[in-house]
Amino acid sequence: MLKIKNLHASIEDKEILKGLSLNVKAGEVHAIMGPNGAGKSTLAGIVAGKEEYEVTKGTILLEEEDIEELAAEERAHKGIFLSFQYPVEIPGVTVTNFMKTAINETRKAQGLEEMPAKDMLKKIREKSELLDIDRKFLSRSLNQGFSGGEKKRNEIFQMAMMEPKLAILDETDSGLDIDALRIVANGVNKLKSKDNAVIVITHYQRLLDYIIPDYVHVLYDGKIVKSGTKELALELEEKGYDWIKEEINA
Amino acid sequence: MELKEKLVSSFLAFENTVDVDTAVHDIRSNAIKVFEEKGFPTKKEEAWKYTSLNTVLKHDYSIFPKEENALEFKDVKKYFLYDLDTYKIVFIDGKYSSHLSETTHDKIDVCLMSSALAQDKYKPIIDNYFNKIAPEDGITSLNTAFSNEGAYIYIPKNKLADKPIQIIHLSTGSESAQLLQPRNLIVVEENSHVQIIERHQNLTDNAVLTNSVTEIFVDKRAIVDYYKIQNDHENASLIDNTFIEQHAQSVASVHTFAFGGNITRNNLNFYQKGEGIDSILNGVTILEGKQHVDHNTLVHHTEPNCESHQDYKGIFDEKSTGVFNGKIIVNKKAQKTNAFQSNNNILLSDKASINSKPQLEIFADDVKCSHGCTIGQLDEQALFYMRSRGIGEKEARALLMYAFANNVLESVKIPQLKNRINKLIANKLGVNIGFDL
Repeated sequence: MLKIKNLHASIEDKEILKGLSLNVKAGEVHAIMGPNGAGKSTLAGIVAGKEEYEVTKGTILLEEEDIEELAAEERAHKGIFLSFQYPVEIPGVTVTNFMKTAINETRKAQGLEEMPAKDMLKKIREKSELLDIDRKFLSRSLNQGFSGGEKKRNEIFQMAMMEPKLAILDETDSGLDIDALRIVANGVNKLKSKDNAVIVITHYQRLLDYIIPDYVHVLYDGKIVKSGTKELALELEEKGYDWIKEEINA
Repeated sequence: MELKEKLVSSFLAFENTVDVDTAVHDIRSNAIKVFEEKGFPTKKEEAWKYTSLNTVLKHDYSIFPKEENALEFKDVKKYFLYDLDTYKIVFIDGKYSSHLSETTHDKIDVCLMSSALAQDKYKPIIDNYFNKIAPEDGITSLNTAFSNEGAYIYIPKNKLADKPIQIIHLSTGSESAQLLQPRNLIVVEENSHVQIIERHQNLTDNAVLTNSVTEIFVDKRAIVDYYKIQNDHENASLIDNTFIEQHAQSVASVHTFAFGGNITRNNLNFYQKGEGIDSILNGVTILEGKQHVDHNTLVHHTEPNCESHQDYKGIFDEKSTGVFNGKIIVNKKAQKTNAFQSNNNILLSDKASINSKPQLEIFADDVKCSHGCTIGQLDEQALFYMRSRGIGEKEARALLMYAFANNVLESVKIPQLKNRINKLIANKLGVNIGFDL
């Protein structure tokens, strides 16, 4: 699904990713953990097509296609979805209309007809129920005045609507209380299938109690320095990141 | 000959075409003297600091329409709100087109200024209202001096105009350059209600300068909603002077959609003459090229317990320029006034500019007045967010601009008009999405 090879990337001449490689297959859940400033959000932004970053070396392949030259919207059309760490407030655009536009623009790009209004409403109803989202919430301006938890739940609602092949959840657990965390994780789990993949970027292990990863990677100083199974996440939770830093520096 | 001299010397010729034995003509004669003395405004005047008429006044305008030009409805249909049943007062090159119009005298009068001026039965209304609130500046006086044609709308008390009224001015450009000076009088008596849509449209490449004056009287508890669509050709300039007098508990709103033209100047004055009045001034300005729009507003609060709400949004691309000059006067007597003004702008290009200037003169001590002005750019984070959801860059920008202007668009009370304006904006922004925010 996603193959990243020896990726180097910088922002304003500061190198953030320094030779990162990652291979995610369909049906898998990968967790990427690491201390602050390791490059986790940079990785998410680059895969989603954020233009501030410059890829200086390496390749990103989505289903064997190099996506480096694709704009953010084209990546979305190909099935990449980023759940933002800090979802942006857009006054004047309701959640419903944002989703209608996003889905129909994506369908247009894929050569499909616009989704009939009836189907759209049905889908919105189903997916909002899945994430326990109140109807009234859907007619509010996107993210405006939403609590931290509401914003994250809304991100996963959008993911459910867009049905991406590859979803990247950037710190989706931050700002969530335990009930919201369960709802969000349950939503992600319901959307998981053998045909799609999820990358969970997180600081803490607790989300991984609910979204069980197949692989756990430690990102440190722009590279993946350690990979393992879900037990690695527990070890990180217990011991922190210092032992990894020591291992590397040794 | 300079335009001013040409106009002053044309007044004699004009007098041959109208009835000079009337009170109205005394007003005209006085007005031409005022114009002769004051002339056109220049940038030296504070109120015209950012708008120069120099280039506009250089054309050799024909002052009186020479012939009646016919147009087929199908050719100009797109400038009408055709999916809505309305009264229509249509002018072609300043001449009334009975063919394209639909007037009435059934309970309400929706007709022509020239016929109202010519008939005795309208005399009481004309005597009472004509030129009573138009100020004596040069440009308004010029219109007054030559006032003879325009829309005449009279809604007697306790009447609801049964459908909206469109006032449409079309220029065929059969003259090389044309000066148009429509004069509208709108009187809405107690408890009555009317909705009016006004549009000026140049159909050719020839220059048109329109100097329009509209006086609107809104009596007790009456409601007037006025919509101005300014989406004209790049050779068309408009000086739109609209003066509104409101009485107790009346509500008057003016929406100005300024989407283009060469130079557009909107002088919009509200004079409140009673308690419990609400005045609403909304505007959306979207410009590109070298277009220029200057919104010059005045709200004069003279009595207690009144409100005014001004909300002007501007989006400026390329080398376009905008001005917002909003003046609020609150007399000492006008306690408990709530006067709000906001002017928010987005500049899409380094070469676009906006001058925004609030002017508050408050002499009462127990009032709530606020004004705010912002100038910014489109939010890059928001753009990326939208694009990451599959919305193309152009569409994402358009959606953000729609969202920016949305509260003004939402306040349009005629659904067909709201649709039309949404379409005009979509065309301007070059997108094809049915944004229904």
